[in-house]
Amino acid sequence: MKKQSPKKRIKNFDEVALGISEEEALQEAQRCLFCKNPKCSMNCPVEIDIPRFIQAIKDKKFGDAIQIIKEKNNLPGVCGRVCPQEDQCEGACILNAKGKPINIGALERFAADWERHDKSRLSAEAKRESCLAKAEDTKLKIAVIGSGPAGLTCAGDLAKKGYLVTVFEALHTAGGVLVYGIPEFRLPKQIVKEEVGYLKSLGVVIKKNFIVGKTVTLKEIFEEGYSAVFIGTGAGLPSFMNIPGENLNRVYSSNELLTRANLMKAYLFPDYDTPVNIGKKVAVIGGGNTAMDSARVSLRLSAEKVYIVYRRSEKEMPARKEEIENAKEEGVEFHMLTLPQKIIGDSEGFVKGMECIKMELGEADSSGRRRPIPIEGPEFIMDVDTVIVAIGQSPNPVFLKATPELDLDKWSKIVVAPETQATNVKGVYAGGDATKGDDTVIAAMGAGKRAAKAIDAYLKKV
Amino acid sequence: MFKILSNEQIAPGIFNMQLVAPLVARKAKAGQFVMIRIDDHGERIPLTIASNDAENITIVYQVVGVTTHRLTEKKNNDFLLDVVGPLGHETQIEKLGTVCCIGGGVGIAELYPVTRAYKSSGNKVIVIIGAKNKGLVIFKEELKEICDEMFITTDDGSEGEKGFVSDVMKRLIDSGRKIDLVYTVGPAIMMKVIADLTRPFDIKTMVSLNSVLVDGTGMCGSCRVEVGGETKFVCVNGPEFDAHKVNFEELMSRQSLFKEQEKHACKIRGIVY
Repeated sequence: MKKQSPKKRIKNFDEVALGISEEEALQEAQRCLFCKNPKCSMNCPVEIDIPRFIQAIKDKKFGDAIQIIKEKNNLPGVCGRVCPQEDQCEGACILNAKGKPINIGALERFAADWERHDKSRLSAEAKRESCLAKAEDTKLKIAVIGSGPAGLTCAGDLAKKGYLVTVFEALHTAGGVLVYGIPEFRLPKQIVKEEVGYLKSLGVVIKKNFIVGKTVTLKEIFEEGYSAVFIGTGAGLPSFMNIPGENLNRVYSSNELLTRANLMKAYLFPDYDTPVNIGKKVAVIGGGNTAMDSARVSLRLSAEKVYIVYRRSEKEMPARKEEIENAKEEGVEFHMLTLPQKIIGDSEGFVKGMECIKMELGEADSSGRRRPIPIEGPEFIMDVDTVIVAIGQSPNPVFLKATPELDLDKWSKIVVAPETQATNVKGVYAGGDATKGDDTVIAAMGAGKRAAKAIDAYLKKV
Repeated sequence: MFKILSNEQIAPGIFNMQLVAPLVARKAKAGQFVMIRIDDHGERIPLTIASNDAENITIVYQVVGVTTHRLTEKKNNDFLLDVVGPLGHETQIEKLGTVCCIGGGVGIAELYPVTRAYKSSGNKVIVIIGAKNKGLVIFKEELKEICDEMFITTDDGSEGEKGFVSDVMKRLIDSGRKIDLVYTVGPAIMMKVIADLTRPFDIKTMVSLNSVLVDGTGMCGSCRVEVGGETKFVCVNGPEFDAHKVNFEELMSRQSLFKEQEKHACKIRGIVY
């Protein structure tokens, strides 16, 4: 897929990946073997009928293609861009044997983008609505807490089944991590807005500035006549390293950097009022997608040098290979097997350096990755003026603290039954990062889907 | 969209705004705050809920930059785009005996609901409020009505005593008055001075901290400050903390993080305050 050149793209927040052309899409669709037992679909967390939509593309029936995708996936423009296809559909494609799996992600994105730009979409949408086999209104109300990928997916599926769904969102805009976490250059917010718009067209109501746990309690939601609740409150609580100097000025959690830059558009300051204060030499601690996002956002702000600082080696980094590659192309430097011990400040209370030690890899730990062990030896100081801590997030505490009746595990994740996403409280389901800790958009969507199915079954019985 | 019922100047640079926000109003308790956003380009800022009835809340703000300046331009029947709350823990109110409530500057407005709560729980309440000058002493009549003793200080002596709230506090302590709790809210340096005064006498002191916030729901850590050797988030662990455990130097340092950006934004808009 064509991308903006690194030199150009680090000066803007425009989308890096440019999508594929109709010609390229047709060429790719023609390579598909249309397997009888498609491994791709079996490895899709939302069970998209992949061969069928690829066939539609091959037949130049792009409207049908997107319709087929939307039967299972309510956020195709999002998934086509941020799914780790290499671990899912593309990773399972039998053409891997020839070293060239079908570029399913690019095709999904192509179909979604085609629909966004197609002028006749509006009337076509109306046509599709009527044949969407939308179930009769059940008159039963469902509350969804959180408008991130888990909540939006659950809401969309339940709306299609005829339920009256209201989504309660704490922030002032819907999308959750899709708007505050993933940067504009990976996922344009206009796309999120349009996909949320699609859900609204299915009848989903979204109430913003509504914090369940503060504005209203779970108990009160049931008292207001909701028959079931899905919790998709996410994992927004940032983890810090708890090392000296971590509260110095210009030390940020990745959440803060990304929320300022993505949600509040600090990259357009002072046209947008929220500022962000990044220096010239930024160290990003962590090895996941959030660390990559933080590094690439920093480059596009005022940073001249950006370092990824990770305590294991590149092999153990959880970030998508594609994101690591993008970061490297943009000039991010990777300092592996390095652990910060202390952040050093100047007389004004701002970061002026970071003391680190070198690590080596020992035996595998419980995550299956080799454990990092400090090497005896001198500490060294990294010359940085900004530190971004991107070492992980845990479940948002506000709702959980206000809802003690929910069973949580020792990491504050909501305990759910794996097939149904049911919690210990009757009529209450949960999914996404609130149950898994920081995971992918698509995993959250899969959970939202399972929960919608289970809620439907539960309410039919009741 | 949250309708503005009134937006009145109550002192130079200090305004009182009443908003229709029923979901916030019905749950708001003393000590809690809201995050507001004026419009789509605006930033999210925290403001303490000074009072509330069944449908409406009142916030008091001081003009300190672009957002608060833009708030002054709002008229009756205009709207704020986003208001969310009530956020933060409510003040823990108990009957303790004698409570000393100390407010500085615009913090005096934040003192009001808390003072009222302590008084109605059966405490004897001493109020000490301080400002730069007479014109900036706000909520004087309201507080006088609900407390047992009131002291006013101004930097220039134009009202009450010349000096600082800490002078009065020191005097009360030195006189041997039994004070069971000090609750103070105002500029960070003022709260620090009070904390330093009460610490050697082991007088329990609570402060309401005013760090920089972005979401207000515990998501980003912008508001974090060291309390008792641990990092706490003002938005979800606070906003009130045991003053003797708060690292005020760190709080004040972190408050200055965006000074350059704030100055620049004001400069390009010609905002002077």
